[in-house]
Amino acid sequence: MNLRRDVFQAIADPTRRAILLLVASQSMTAGAIAANFDTARPTVSKHLQILTECELLDQKQNGREIYYHINAKKMKAIADFIEPFRNMWDDRFNKLETIMQKYKSKK
Amino acid sequence: MERKTKINAEDGKQELVITREFDLPLELLFKAYVEPEIVEQWMGTKVLKLESKKHGSYQFETTDTKGNVVFQANGVIHEFVPNQKITRTFEMENAPFAAQLEFLEFEQLTDDTSKLRMHIVYKSVALRDQMVQMGFAPGLNMAHNRLQDIVSKLK
Repeated sequence: MNLRRDVFQAIADPTRRAILLLVASQSMTAGAIAANFDTARPTVSKHLQILTECELLDQKQNGREIYYHINAKKMKAIADFIEPFRNMWDDRFNKLETIMQKYKSKK
Repeated sequence: MERKTKINAEDGKQELVITREFDLPLELLFKAYVEPEIVEQWMGTKVLKLESKKHGSYQFETTDTKGNVVFQANGVIHEFVPNQKITRTFEMENAPFAAQLEFLEFEQLTDDTSKLRMHIVYKSVALRDQMVQMGFAPGLNMAHNRLQDIVSKLK
């Protein structure tokens, strides 16, 4: 539960969301990512660290460089997160609809 | 079955919006929120009190087959405009969650279809995320209780 909430805190930050969008298209080094932002390099590094700790980003060593790429599985988990909640309401509303349609035909 | 309910929960916000279109005339959709015996059926909980008027209040309670209370909730109705809107609070009892504010808007689409927009505001972003996470648990419990009821009647 805590891990999940951390993930949500991670993506609540606009810079971190921008980083995820950027890296979603191609894996990049920290330097290449930082070049896209006006923010100081250490700040970007901190964001990368948080995203990596939440497993939203993976690091891969390529020669001397470390490349960041998106963890598609984790990203999907966030998208799926709301599904059970939506299903609960959908079930309730389906029931409401059925009950009221019967109610209507009874009249 | 097609999932017709949409939920919009933006990152980092302490609110969410649930929307749903119904194959029901507006009056029937609204009635499903007003008549206690109908609310009981689709919410899967007992309605102890439901005063559908400004400054009215409501109380829900769900018990298991042994009569133990498994869910209690209550709230106050702030605005009540028939076939248009209900503004109310919702609070679970004996649970460490702050009350939430709910804005329900009912809209006619055609003579036979209608739309509900439910805007829920939570005390914090963390609480919203937690409620969404837990949201399905009471629902499952209730389904489980109903199943138990049916099974116990078969005996």
